[in-house]
Amino acid sequence: MSENPKIKTIDKVVIRFSGDSGDGMQLVGNIFSDVSAGEGNMISTFPDYPAEIRAPQGSLSGVSGFQVSVGKEVYTPGDQADVLVAMNPAALKTNLQYLKPGGIIICDADSFTDANLKKALYTTDDPIQELGIDPDRILLVPMTTLLKHTLADSGLDNKSIMKCKNMLALGLICWLFDRPVDKVLAKLKAKFAKKPAIYEANEKVVIAGWDYGHNTHAGMSTYRIESETAKAGIYTDINGNTATAWGLIMASEKSHRPLFLGSYPITPATDILHELAKRKDLGVKACQMEDEIAGVCSAIGASYGGHLAVTTTSGPGLALKSEGIGLAVMAELPLVIVDVQRGGPSTGLPTKTEQTDLMQALYGRNGESPICVVAATSPTNCFDMAFEAARIAIEHMTPVILLTDAFIANGSSAWRVPEEKDYPEIKPHFVTSDMLQQGWKPFHRDEDTKVRYWAIPGTQNAMHRVGGLEKDYNTSVISTDGPNHELMVKTRREKVARIANDIPLLEVQGDLNADTILVGWGGTYGHILSAAAELNSEGTPIAVAQFRYINPLPKNALETLKKYKNIIVAELNTGMFADYLQMHLPGKEILRINKIEGQPFMVKEITDGVQKHLCQEQ
Amino acid sequence: MTTQYTAANFKNEQAARWCPGCGDHAILNILHKAMAEVGVDPKDTAVISGIGCSSRLPYYMNTYGMHTIHGRAAAIATGLKTARPDLTVWQVSGDGDGLAIGGNHFIHALRRNIDINILLFNNKIYGLTKGQYSPTSDRGFVSKSSPYGTTEDPFIPAELVFGCRGKFFARGFDVTLDVTREIMVAAAKHKGTAVVEILQNCVIFNQGIHSLFTDKETRDEHVIHLVHDEKMIFGKDKNKGLVQNGFSLKAVTIGENGITMDDILVHDAHCQDDTLQRELALMDGQSLPIATGVIRDVEGSTYEADVEKQVEEVRSKKGFSNLRDMILKTHETWTV
Repeated sequence: MSENPKIKTIDKVVIRFSGDSGDGMQLVGNIFSDVSAGEGNMISTFPDYPAEIRAPQGSLSGVSGFQVSVGKEVYTPGDQADVLVAMNPAALKTNLQYLKPGGIIICDADSFTDANLKKALYTTDDPIQELGIDPDRILLVPMTTLLKHTLADSGLDNKSIMKCKNMLALGLICWLFDRPVDKVLAKLKAKFAKKPAIYEANEKVVIAGWDYGHNTHAGMSTYRIESETAKAGIYTDINGNTATAWGLIMASEKSHRPLFLGSYPITPATDILHELAKRKDLGVKACQMEDEIAGVCSAIGASYGGHLAVTTTSGPGLALKSEGIGLAVMAELPLVIVDVQRGGPSTGLPTKTEQTDLMQALYGRNGESPICVVAATSPTNCFDMAFEAARIAIEHMTPVILLTDAFIANGSSAWRVPEEKDYPEIKPHFVTSDMLQQGWKPFHRDEDTKVRYWAIPGTQNAMHRVGGLEKDYNTSVISTDGPNHELMVKTRREKVARIANDIPLLEVQGDLNADTILVGWGGTYGHILSAAAELNSEGTPIAVAQFRYINPLPKNALETLKKYKNIIVAELNTGMFADYLQMHLPGKEILRINKIEGQPFMVKEITDGVQKHLCQEQ
Repeated sequence: MTTQYTAANFKNEQAARWCPGCGDHAILNILHKAMAEVGVDPKDTAVISGIGCSSRLPYYMNTYGMHTIHGRAAAIATGLKTARPDLTVWQVSGDGDGLAIGGNHFIHALRRNIDINILLFNNKIYGLTKGQYSPTSDRGFVSKSSPYGTTEDPFIPAELVFGCRGKFFARGFDVTLDVTREIMVAAAKHKGTAVVEILQNCVIFNQGIHSLFTDKETRDEHVIHLVHDEKMIFGKDKNKGLVQNGFSLKAVTIGENGITMDDILVHDAHCQDDTLQRELALMDGQSLPIATGVIRDVEGSTYEADVEKQVEEVRSKKGFSNLRDMILKTHETWTV
């Protein structure tokens, strides 16, 4: 414990870094988060960036943000920031809305030039007054001047010097929140290992930022952020897309099936392709195909060849893959399709988050085409659900769609590196030599699970043909017989329904005896959990459940939900999961909280939504 | 000792359901024989098709196989071969499946030079949907979907193959059993994407489309069979040949105008420069005879082998034992 009375201890803090998309705000945010995670804090991050690679400098559309919450019991990046770092007037203008009342702003005073004010569409020459900011809450730091002084003798040209400005902000924030500068420098050293001159410049600027805070604002309080005692183990920090890639690799190790990825670049899913392409060092064959269709089709080929086959995409790509997925349904081949959801329809909001592909995942194919759909709830949960998607695909011979979203895919948190024994073996149901001797046919199946047996090319005496045409239940040859078709349709449906016997039950948290249950699915978990905790602590008893298994639903799901007087579903669409539950719970009114702004929920939006519903119900 | 196979090893008990007289029956029989000659075990052979009449073919094979969706056979075959380079992978597509809806996958398979053998059945018509023009139908062709004649030019499959820097192209007919078997075997032996165009007759919707090249009376004057390292000779009396004429080719008669056998070109299918092979492949059977046989067959690195090689190189260089090992060695971690 520090004896210094100026150091205040706080449970958690939310910081939002904002600047031009070329200002390096994502880097600063990531380093701050990593260092905090290393100090034992829980972290949750939210990179919020424009779709344009480089919008005009200083313009409102070019502002890029990175919000991070660090501390104890952190489940979301926070509704609003305690501290806003704004590198220019445009960033200040667009990000002020995310600052808590009474929050602190740190600005580059030198950026308030006439030209920049004009680009950011200010109408007066006093942005602080124009935006109604209390001058006591804003720390105007002459960042550019400090930067130029610090690097005057560095020999760098002006452009290179200006690129270091983000490090000044980083140093200042590290001072304010008592982050160890040596650990910041270690990360920079690793990043600029091949550019020692750039590293040296960055080092000087970080220290200058820290010193500036320490010397100039010596009277101000700094903060110690509480850390958490987590489960013992080795930790790293991970974002959702990396977690998805690694979960698939774990499934490959546990199933002893080599991992094949057929993919095509699409925001915000491309980082999974990037990671798996690197993992050729673990034997992964990651292929960038000519289009989305070839992505799924090459995976189907690899699946037929006996691999754990995966394709990764986002909404528009899922649309293109739907015929291919239908083939995998018909041929009953294992296949994992990862859909990192973004704002739609069409090209929509490529960099923003939404939960609007649920119906497409469940129903977006021709014919009766049931498949398993699962969803991940957080960046780290992407690992577990990718593993689960692969396990179900292989053990149940079916395509599985894993839904994640831009928010959890890009967000990161601390993650305990799992050990081999933490995950179960995945057991493919291969055809046996006994079966082959007894007249095995490709669509013979285990009558308990309805799962067909997998015969991989190269297996002696198991040569067989599969395809998109309907097959006879017994002989597996092409059949257009009506009753047989109905039997096959029902069998495929039943096969997927029986996956319910092989997945965990729905877990309810919060106040289990409340009248009301707050329900969500996928990536809204952190916000929904935080909202429930807040409601319970403020005297509104509420239970809470987050769905990860959507088709089939966990076996206890409907019975569990029926027990509650009020069911409120909060989701980032116009009510897709609510409609889906409504279909399964006829006669029970499903209340809804919806948001379709391309942004994650704010906790307050959920708590307000619940209160509003409850007022109306009384 | 290598096992000897016969056509029967590759044939299954399913009765082929093509129309009586369809060229596909003949091609199926030729393929059974060619596979026996190639000598790869049926359990190590996979036949992938798309949609269309010809794409029914895998169901009549005693190999592994997949009858997939329209146009996607090349993409599925690419995935299978990349995952399983140990398998011999054949693709069966028609002109619609391969060059219209599947055109993108066709050109990218060639660009990658994935080691698959593509049998492109070209009857210049959509048969399964009952008679619409295809991307290889001639301009002005009258069909159910072009009652006043088409207003578009066709693809010439060979031109696409050469345009993609293809390394193997051969052509045969459904009725030329020996030629077609010979080129199928050559395609199987070739490492890389091998395109075998088989000009095939649709008795119902495009009867006689290739008759100039297949009728006894006309075929000798309109078809030349090319054999590597042999003179380019054709004609009923084998007295006609091809000579270089500026940048193009010319048909001549040996013994006329002072032309001797020495003037006739010798076919070189293995020449890396494809200029002459392209000219030969584009001969349309009108002023110059259409060419059959292996027109181009050159070596090049293949996609699946390079992927495999890169995986092995990176693996042995990095030496990670598993996922956890990789994370601990390459990512920043801390212990709680």
